[in-house]
Amino acid sequence: MSGQNGALVHIEKVNKTFRRGAEEIHILSQLNLEAPQGEFLALMGPSGSGKTTLLNLIGGLDRPTSGSVRIGDEQIDRMSNRRLAAWRARHIGLVFQFYNLLPVLTAERNVELPLLLTGLSSSQRRRHVEAALSVVGLTHRAKHYPRTLSGGEQQRTGIARAIVTDPTLLLCDEPTGDLDRKSGDEILALLQALNREHGKTIIMVTHDPHASARATRTVYLDKGRLSSEKPE
Amino acid sequence: MRGLGLVVSNLKRRKLRTALTMLCIFVAFVLFGLLCALKEAFTAGVTVAGADRLIVRHKVSLIMLLPVTYGARMEQVPGVSSAVHFTWFNGIYQNEPKNFFATMPVNPEAFLDLYPEYALSDDQKQAWSEKRAGAIVGRTLAERFNWKIGDRIPLMSPIWPHKSGGAWEFEIVGVYDGAKKGTDTSGFFFRYDYFDEGRAQGEGMVGWYGVRVNDPDHADEVARAIDAEFANSPYETKAEPEGAFAQGFVQQIGNVRTMLLAILSAVFFTILLVAGTTMAQAVRERTAEIGVLKAVGFGNGRVLGLVLAESLVMTAAGGLAGLGAAWLFTAQGSPVPAMLPVFYLPTDALIAGVGMVLALGIAAGLLPALSAMRLPVAVALRKHV
Ligand SMILES: Nc1ncnc2c1ncn2[C@@H]1O[C@H](COP(=O)(O)OP(=O)(O)O)[C@@H](O)[C@H]1O
Ligand SMILES: [Mg+2]
Repeated sequence: MSGQNGALVHIEKVNKTFRRGAEEIHILSQLNLEAPQGEFLALMGPSGSGKTTLLNLIGGLDRPTSGSVRIGDEQIDRMSNRRLAAWRARHIGLVFQFYNLLPVLTAERNVELPLLLTGLSSSQRRRHVEAALSVVGLTHRAKHYPRTLSGGEQQRTGIARAIVTDPTLLLCDEPTGDLDRKSGDEILALLQALNREHGKTIIMVTHDPHASARATRTVYLDKGRLSSEKPE
Repeated sequence: MRGLGLVVSNLKRRKLRTALTMLCIFVAFVLFGLLCALKEAFTAGVTVAGADRLIVRHKVSLIMLLPVTYGARMEQVPGVSSAVHFTWFNGIYQNEPKNFFATMPVNPEAFLDLYPEYALSDDQKQAWSEKRAGAIVGRTLAERFNWKIGDRIPLMSPIWPHKSGGAWEFEIVGVYDGAKKGTDTSGFFFRYDYFDEGRAQGEGMVGWYGVRVNDPDHADEVARAIDAEFANSPYETKAEPEGAFAQGFVQQIGNVRTMLLAILSAVFFTILLVAGTTMAQAVRERTAEIGVLKAVGFGNGRVLGLVLAESLVMTAAGGLAGLGAAWLFTAQGSPVPAMLPVFYLPTDALIAGVGMVLALGIAAGLLPALSAMRLPVAVALRKHV
């Protein structure tokens, strides 16, 4: 589902300001971004520069103060909340730094969560969950609760949850930020495989140059704008 | 419903907190059930009271007597279909005032005709008409003392001593059941003719009358006509509908209904705070998780539904168990049959209880559910699990 000019993600003149008391903070200003289908894009930048904010706009979790956010041929900044939630369920998979698994559910039930919103029967859901868990190599941990899993395993569960609905776009916010080098590398290899072998379009926020080396392209966010050059 | 698994898993998260809250709700609904049964016990006479029946007593006091001949005169009053007399006998069994039960001499046929809620088989009716010393007892009373047909029961009466100076001897010829729920089946009725010839004094006098009127809509007029009939006689009367008469008893022991309502309101207000606090905490500590649900596409309505469902499951588990326990307890019969002969949980109280369980679940969950619903997803996600 790429847009008119081939880009899957099409962001134009986006501004985002937050209010903190009387003060207005400009996080993103006149920001533009295009990402074609099949890209593995790394998004870097100093802490507090607005990377998560930008990812939220792309994923329909937040709205720009002004400007246009188009994913495929849907103008998501104009959607009602209700439609936006349904759109996220269909098109977006999210991976978080701290995994954000529900502690009361086993790994497989966490993965199943997005499928509860679909019309799939429970046996169909089980098949999808099994497939997603086997892609991330976690079939043997299906019945474990998050607290009994290692960080790397929790993040694999998080990735399985993100891909179980076969979303258009995978958004990862510092997916290795809480992991040791070895587990982090395994997660990156997994994301790379998802991109290369399964054709997933991925946008990944990261601090880690190792991580961005796995991507097909890296952009830097600084002072509210993106550039392809690392700022000094 | 999909997501019910999630609701139940969330309730299990803080097992102690959930268990304590459910226990509070359980206790509240046991109390609700028992108070409803108690209210029913106090007002049973009022609910069973027939709309077409009057009670006629001495104008001055219930304990003053009326002539037995008034019955025939009342039946002459237009609008009256029949008049039946009662007398308080105050029988004492085994010299033990604790063994209290209501004892009254009556005219068997007229009595059973006026009170169809006392269900007695035809053979037993027949036996009663044949045996002068025959008495019929209610099922509850028979079970209390393990009496059977044919048993001989001696009673003493401080009001009505026997001519012989000894005890009154009765033979049980029948056991009656309640044809309507709430019927008092703890009474002991025997024959007036046997009573009248045995008593040492007061022949020809009775305690009060039960009167059936032809048209319940005109009961008040008939009551006035009866009082007018006996005005200026040595025994002036006061006639009133049976319900009002029974209600008079209830008012003497305080306004039970208001008192119970006040207790229940206080209990439910407290429970609402307990359950509401539990739900508010549950939502607050789960902010990031609610963010995740919304992020993967759960709409606001669904999030609202999940929190409300959690609140409802919690209150329903505690509340329905509490109602069930109260029902089981009351189904065993009265714990104090001498004081509360009628003791059961009425169906409409049970239905009201279920309604209150639902109302409590929604009320306790509503504010937390609304705040979970309004939580912007990007803000919720910034809180870490
Ligand atoms: N809801 C909000 N209200 C006010 N300020 C916010 C809000 N969300 C983010 N910010 C601020 O916006 C800036 C960018 O945040 P973020 O996008 O999380 O940065 P990054 O992910 O690059 O570290 C930070 O200074 C943060 O404090
Ligand atoms: Mg961030």
